[in-house]
Amino acid sequence: MQKSSLYLLSGLLLLLILLMLNISLGSVTIPLKDILASFFNAEVEKETWRYIILDYRLPKAITAVLVGSGLALSGLLMQTLFRNPLAGPYVLGLSSGASLGVAIVILGGAVFGGVFSTLFLSKFTLVIAASLGSVLVLLAVLATSFRVKDTMALLIIGLMFASLTSAVVSVLSYFSPSESLQKYIFWSFGSLGNLAWQEVFILAIFWLAGVIISIFCIKNLNALLLGEKYAKSLGTNLKQNRILVILGTGLLAGSITAFAGPIAFIGLAVPHLVRQVITKSNHLVLFPAVALGGAILMLICDSIAQLPGSNLTLPINAITSLIGAPVVIWLLVRKKKLYF
Amino acid sequence: MIKETEIKPILQAQELAIGYADKIVAEEISVEINAAELVAVIGINGSGKSTLLKTLTGNLDPLSGKVSIQQKSLKDITVQELSELISIVLTETHFSQNLSVEELVALGRQPYTNWLGQLSSEDKKAVQQALQLLELTDKSQRKCGSLSDGQLQKVFLARAIAQETSLIFLDEPTTHLDLYHKIFVLKLLKELTRKTQKAIVFATHEINLALQLCDQIILVNQGKIIQKTPEELINSNLLQELFPKDLVEFDAASKSFRVL
Repeated sequence: MQKSSLYLLSGLLLLLILLMLNISLGSVTIPLKDILASFFNAEVEKETWRYIILDYRLPKAITAVLVGSGLALSGLLMQTLFRNPLAGPYVLGLSSGASLGVAIVILGGAVFGGVFSTLFLSKFTLVIAASLGSVLVLLAVLATSFRVKDTMALLIIGLMFASLTSAVVSVLSYFSPSESLQKYIFWSFGSLGNLAWQEVFILAIFWLAGVIISIFCIKNLNALLLGEKYAKSLGTNLKQNRILVILGTGLLAGSITAFAGPIAFIGLAVPHLVRQVITKSNHLVLFPAVALGGAILMLICDSIAQLPGSNLTLPINAITSLIGAPVVIWLLVRKKKLYF
Repeated sequence: MIKETEIKPILQAQELAIGYADKIVAEEISVEINAAELVAVIGINGSGKSTLLKTLTGNLDPLSGKVSIQQKSLKDITVQELSELISIVLTETHFSQNLSVEELVALGRQPYTNWLGQLSSEDKKAVQQALQLLELTDKSQRKCGSLSDGQLQKVFLARAIAQETSLIFLDEPTTHLDLYHKIFVLKLLKELTRKTQKAIVFATHEINLALQLCDQIILVNQGKIIQKTPEELINSNLLQELFPKDLVEFDAASKSFRVL
């Protein structure tokens, strides 16, 4: 236990360092003392710097932490619930479900017009639609998972749901005006930077709700490591636990996708990367470690996306895939078996 | 066999009928399992062994009759309460191989831990005792993925012991084991019943071994379920009729089955 707390502490320290690094990077170079000064409301050389730090870079960094930790946690929850080391919010189609929700809000509003569009305008509806989309896809995958015992079949079913939802999105976009289509395409690139404080706040509320629900699943998730029959013999209420896990992951993956776009591989890769360092399977230890790991990896990806020293910002989704896909392939081709 | 201790009934079933909505598997069953007894459930494939075990462990409702554990009807026992009365060892292999031996055994303490599953000092003591009992202390930090089938069987047994239930049910604990380890596991079960006063019930195909080692045998055959001691069973005609007579016969003198 003490060794794990040491790891957590150093992870926390690393997170803080990366957070500072992330804030200090960007198209405008701002000296460290002015960055600190803008935090503590002290004298800053240029007033625009304060604005850049407090209203652009800080919310972006916080979003990165929320997005990374939330996706990594939902990956961990999925892997244990399905007892499948390759499960994750992206591969199981949760992100696609959320995309469908968002597409219905952005594109459907234009297609159906009238009351529909005014009803769907606010950010809250976007998040709720995305969360609903995730939960629905998750329920569908879960329903089919009872019929297939095969690890690979489950992933293919996830893929099928993903292509099903993207087909619906294609149909919607075919009928949409170019303006809303552009809006949707930009959203689908994924971005951490376009969030105002108010939106970060909404995301944080959904994140917190998802995390709290997941914390109540920790004990049951440990029992599920042995399989459902053992879990039941240990007094686990399987149905209730399933509902809580679905709700928790749906809220996390849905709200994150609504604000940051579909982001791949963080949910799948981070739990495995963390298991390389922390050898325990107890979710009480894994849970904070995976959350920290996700936040750290996301901050790194976002710092790379800035392309230090240039005016360009690359789509975050591309960066996580560029880093995440090779990591997953490496984990798979190693001789060591991949565990859940 | 004469027992030194007083007989303490743990599980009783009377007038039990088991099966599914569309199919009765067996009727008029009475079973009694006492403390410190090793009980084997034997029968041919598809005879209803697992239906019986499912019913006795509360995973399947009986069609009629009742099962009571420590004088309380199984119907009135919640899943949580049951987890303090019955522990199980399955043949299932789809569990996390990343668990260490100690972690897996500690999961047996779940019925007693708080909402986060944190182990109290009492829980830790129970885990260490279970590890000691099965001589696993030196392997406690090993990953379950690196263990042999026989060792893994011991780990799952230790987990069931740590759960501190008066009843342990095992589903075919000796499959995939060689003859030596089959005997090793069954002797271990017998030893555990004596040391811990727990009742251990297991389904098995090892009739020869069961006849030599068990206190009671529950024979499941053609819709009938009969509980007897090994001696009674050998002296009865029941084992002769267990299998079709073209390939194998039971020889009462040597207490074993012989190939014809």
